[in-house]
Amino acid sequence: MGQTVIEKIIAAHAGRKAVHPGEIVWIDLDVRSARDFGGANVVGHLRRHFGAQPVADPRRTAFTFDCVVPANTIPYAENQHTCRSFARETGVGLYDVDAGIGSHVMIEQGLALPGTTVVGTDSHLNLLGAVGCFGQGMGDTDIAFGFATGRTWFEVPETIRVDVRGELRPPATAKDLTLALVGQLGSKGALGQAVELYGEAVDKLTLAERVTLCSMATEMGAIVALVRPSPEVLAFLSRRAGHPVAAPAWADEGAGYARTEVLEIDRLRPMISLPGSPSKVVSVADVAGTPVDSVFVGSCTNGRLHDFAQLARGLRGRRVAPGVMAKAVPATREVMTALLEQGLVEALHAAGVIVSNAGCGGCASGQIGMTGKGEVQISTSNRNFRGKQGMGETYLASPLTAAVSAAAGRITEPRRADA
Amino acid sequence: MTSSARRPTVLEGRVWVLRDGDGHVIDDIDTDMIFHNAHLAVTRLEEMGQYALGNLAGYEDFPSRVGSGDLILAGHNFGAGSSRQQAVDCFVALGVTLLMAESFGAIYKRNAINAGFPIMAAEDLTELRDPDGGPLVRSGDRLRVDLASGKVVHLESGTEHHARPMSGVQLDIYHAGSLFAFGAAG
Repeated sequence: MGQTVIEKIIAAHAGRKAVHPGEIVWIDLDVRSARDFGGANVVGHLRRHFGAQPVADPRRTAFTFDCVVPANTIPYAENQHTCRSFARETGVGLYDVDAGIGSHVMIEQGLALPGTTVVGTDSHLNLLGAVGCFGQGMGDTDIAFGFATGRTWFEVPETIRVDVRGELRPPATAKDLTLALVGQLGSKGALGQAVELYGEAVDKLTLAERVTLCSMATEMGAIVALVRPSPEVLAFLSRRAGHPVAAPAWADEGAGYARTEVLEIDRLRPMISLPGSPSKVVSVADVAGTPVDSVFVGSCTNGRLHDFAQLARGLRGRRVAPGVMAKAVPATREVMTALLEQGLVEALHAAGVIVSNAGCGGCASGQIGMTGKGEVQISTSNRNFRGKQGMGETYLASPLTAAVSAAAGRITEPRRADA
Repeated sequence: MTSSARRPTVLEGRVWVLRDGDGHVIDDIDTDMIFHNAHLAVTRLEEMGQYALGNLAGYEDFPSRVGSGDLILAGHNFGAGSSRQQAVDCFVALGVTLLMAESFGAIYKRNAINAGFPIMAAEDLTELRDPDGGPLVRSGDRLRVDLASGKVVHLESGTEHHARPMSGVQLDIYHAGSLFAFGAAG
């Protein structure tokens, strides 16, 4: 029988011709990473259990600080310094507090490549499926074992095939497509399974848009969502890796899927997740008019140049409405450089948006401000569980919806002219 | 890694079937029901047992009633939610020897396997009926379970059933004691 993509990647890393769902196999890990969240525990495990030789291959191992950057609590500062000292001692790579979100940094640095395996202590590391890479978030025990041995065990997941039918038309964006998918599958719709995404609309997505789409696999319970790299994505990765990156082996004809889902997007309108659950998705029009206190654009889901350009475009030279707090956090230092070069920092600043340094702030840890009880926020991130970004009510939407809502001071559906 | 079977692969014990007040097997028992986040600062294994299932309605007194060598049988998506290791370790602390469920949350499953704690998927044990139409497997019944073959004997009725056997990797880590012990040996 034919193999799915995840089956091929796992087989190739297990020294096997083929693997089957439900089998547990040992796989080689091409890149192992830890964040400032969990990283200090990883170092603790390594010192206790692998003291003599804690790192199998420092060149394929790295810390990526992104959760609280720079540290604004003493425990985080100490945890970061534990990792930093360990990195200096062992030669492990270090992307320090200025670098940005680890998963994005690994794409920019050419570390996460199609067909490879990358693990780390970030539950959204599976967004690397955007470049056809098997990224996986794991606990600190698992990651410590990966640092020390370069491998781990993995249960081969089943695969769901998703066929996206139709064309993505403005003002609907890649985020609206993503929310529609999460809404259709639900929070357990792909529990423990891999997802492969197909369709002309998917083929046309830029790298940034693919990252948005694959970054919410976790919100459907999925192990990873994979998109076949386009020639443009392969060209980008080749430049970053410094060597030609070939198209990866993809699914065979007749590969065994647990099921096929069809997502119709021809009439897709801007979508929004209601507070408390990423998968409770409705049209923005259904909640239009709800007063908004704060707006956040950023996170590993919508923290690219393209997303901030959308924010600026949606504001169309207007200022953020009086009484509304608006915050923008680029995913990486590289994105910040592009924002500066293109004058977007000035434009957003002039519009009343607070622009912060790169990282997970605004989503994880609330570094650029939490929400208070009763506060209504529109966020472009991927999770809105109660308490995650503060005690307020957080809606999830696209940067474009966030922009027009920020200008109006209430939830507003973007029009075609806004896009 | 050779499996020298230092730990038993056939376990026998009294089972706890986690059902709600209406007798339905409970699905989606999350890590806050198993080991509430109010106790996350607890790091000593011997202190964890007292909080096991402390936030699951009807099972608040579980730690005082469970006995060493007991088994647990639960519904779908057991251990959904956070990655906290205490949600596994609290059962180890109480001497529970095996956890069976219709399915597990993905991270919980990895944590249990890495801790060398036996868990098995048992899709239909909870659905079995006795001749009167009631559930065959009830809390307090004794089961004998072969981790390697998946054979489950319900000792009260003498009937034989099946759970999904533990995989080779899972058994290797179980015999070693933990992923770290396994790694050190391998």
